[in-house]
Amino acid sequence: MSVDVSIRKALRDDDRHFDLDISFASEARRIVLFGPSGAGKSLTLRAMAGLLQPDAGHVRVDGHTLFDATAAIALPPRDRGVAYVFQDYALFPHLTVAQNVAFSLSRGWLNPARRRRNARVAHLLDLFELGGVADSYPSRISGGQRQRVALARALAAEPRLVLLDEPFAALDPVLRGRMRAELLALQQRLDLQLLVITHDPADVDALQGHTIEIRDGHVV
Amino acid sequence: MDTVWVPLLLTLKVALWATALNLVLGVAVAFGLSRWRSHAREVVDAILTLPLVLPPTVLGYYLLVLLGRRGVFGAWLDQMGIELVFTWQGAVIASTLVAFPLVQKAARAAFEAVDPQLESAARVLGLREAAVFFRVSLPLAARGITAGALLAFARAMGEFGATLMIAGNLPGRTQTLSVAIYAAVQAGDDHGAAIMVAVTSITCIVALLLAGWLAPDHLRRSRP
Repeated sequence: MSVDVSIRKALRDDDRHFDLDISFASEARRIVLFGPSGAGKSLTLRAMAGLLQPDAGHVRVDGHTLFDATAAIALPPRDRGVAYVFQDYALFPHLTVAQNVAFSLSRGWLNPARRRRNARVAHLLDLFELGGVADSYPSRISGGQRQRVALARALAAEPRLVLLDEPFAALDPVLRGRMRAELLALQQRLDLQLLVITHDPADVDALQGHTIEIRDGHVV
Repeated sequence: MDTVWVPLLLTLKVALWATALNLVLGVAVAFGLSRWRSHAREVVDAILTLPLVLPPTVLGYYLLVLLGRRGVFGAWLDQMGIELVFTWQGAVIASTLVAFPLVQKAARAAFEAVDPQLESAARVLGLREAAVFFRVSLPLAARGITAGALLAFARAMGEFGATLMIAGNLPGRTQTLSVAIYAAVQAGDDHGAAIMVAVTSITCIVALLLAGWLAPDHLRRSRP
């Protein structure tokens, strides 16, 4: 199994009770979690990335156990080899495009230098056609470019699995079609393991992956 | 001119030390408070704000009780050979205490304005908590913290009450500008007082202008 997820989490708030109980396993290189907003898709993604601790269950990717409640394994996000592309991309506003892409390559207390650029960063900037805006700040570039920066930054650390949270929702409709095609081409070219969550049936059609439907915290 | 230069240099030394101490203490406490989920948080915040509302002489009295030779910590410090009462280091402690809430409050607001998703992104990208702090949280809060530090510097420049209580009024050793102005006026030296008042006012106005220029859009944007 390349991706094997079974998680349970009870979320209790003053005015909200939500039970997440998601199980799925897939060998597909493109997995799509499809469902309306509020179904628990983002919670599932956060649990897989290690940003949310499930009450029970397990998360396995390519045979590596990232989380297992019975074995008391819960790797911190930094050790999971999982990349996360946030819905609004979460680019670091104080860093240039090149620094954002290089972010995961140095793990110390200092951000990558503005002027120095290593071969891997140069290659990614090239691959995503970001050479022209490498020294720009995220607030100065277009929506499509922002998404490419988020993808390039996610791929820099060579993750086993890339999680994408509604990757096209923040784009205008014209750009959306183009970025879907770009993502599909990229996945095929680099043979990436993708897990995309979306509420948009058009994304499901475009990505042609293993689609898993989620409603009210459960797999349908 | 020595009557102006000596207290001016001493005041700058005291204010800079107090600001530096507050940058470390205020930022550390503010970051802790901004991440602490507890009802006790607002109580702690209120206690930490006390130096802003208590009369400086009251703060100075507390410091004397704590740090004086017969004080709780004072006796212990005395054994170690450290003396704070009637020294410029004592003035630094007084200024630090009085200006602390200004840095702490500004830094806390700045840390709370940092999008938690950016910190999550940094964690997923492989960073440990300390690296997340130094590479994401701190740079994004830097403008707010700097504005708070400039206010604290201006406040420390003008510190009078608590400083007089603990450091006294020893010309050349603990006599800061605001204390020297008081002494000059008492001695009938209006000319000397006027010069020192002008120097203090200009320094504080410059610090406040810098703070105002840095403060308004510290949210999410870091470069124009």
